[in-house]
Amino acid sequence: MIGLSHYLTVAASLFTLGMFGIFLNRKNVIVILMSIELMLLAVNLNLIAFSSFHADLVGQVFALIVLTVAAAEAAIGLAIVVVYFRNRRTIDVAEIDLLKG
Amino acid sequence: MFLSAAFFYLFAIVCVGSAFMVISARNPVHAVLFLILAFFNASGLFIMLGAEFLAMILVVVYVGAVMVLFLFVVMMLDVDFAELRAGFSKYLPIGATVGLLLLVELIFVIAAWVVSPGSSPQAPMVRGMSNTAALGEILYTKYVYLFESAGLILLVAMIGAIVLTLQHKEGVRRQSIAAQVRRKSSVELVKVQSGRGLL
Repeated sequence: MIGLSHYLTVAASLFTLGMFGIFLNRKNVIVILMSIELMLLAVNLNLIAFSSFHADLVGQVFALIVLTVAAAEAAIGLAIVVVYFRNRRTIDVAEIDLLKG
Repeated sequence: MFLSAAFFYLFAIVCVGSAFMVISARNPVHAVLFLILAFFNASGLFIMLGAEFLAMILVVVYVGAVMVLFLFVVMMLDVDFAELRAGFSKYLPIGATVGLLLLVELIFVIAAWVVSPGSSPQAPMVRGMSNTAALGEILYTKYVYLFESAGLILLVAMIGAIVLTLQHKEGVRRQSIAAQVRRKSSVELVKVQSGRGLL
């Protein structure tokens, strides 16, 4: 019998893999963005699982909004990557120091 | 019952496995393709949970638009990806430690928390409507401001992406509409008296 905790475990694994990916690929912005997408997918899976098991549609509305924001974030993030590559010829995170922070 | 459990494990295992391949693939194009596989299997899980509309949105919007955008950017940028992976083994211990800790904590939270027994996945049905119709019914009435602000977010993201990446090259001849309208030589303003006509 597949219960709520099965879905939550899958979402937890996906979220952990996303965070693991950010730690592992510290230099590649594109893989970091993909890891963020994985984490947002895990969040969506959680929201939809709760929505389904508690018979409440509001969770799916939340998931829709999260999807929207994730798409906007991916578009803006990739635009920034393209602009940065055009200016500096690299997307190495360690070399992103134009602001001298 | 057995069939749904089998499908759940199929989708879940392929989803988590391809998510692992996303972060460990050497070639970023392969990473994007594995991310697409992960999204397809996640949409399978969504369908099993009764959220058909979001599953379709995930396939259409994510696989159809966002992942293609990723693929475009990966192919367009001339980056030496082998050099970008140089620190891979250096970050492996700390990354594995933090990741395992997080996973164990999340599993503990899930294991310690008892779901009400006998609950099964079900699409929240409103008067026998389909999932899409029910979602539309509350999205366009109760959560209409949320829906409109989501549209606003997408508009801002679109304008932002265009503004960020648009560049004006020097030496490209383009039409200047303001200068065209402003020129004196070929445009003449005539004051026409009423009832007389131009001639």
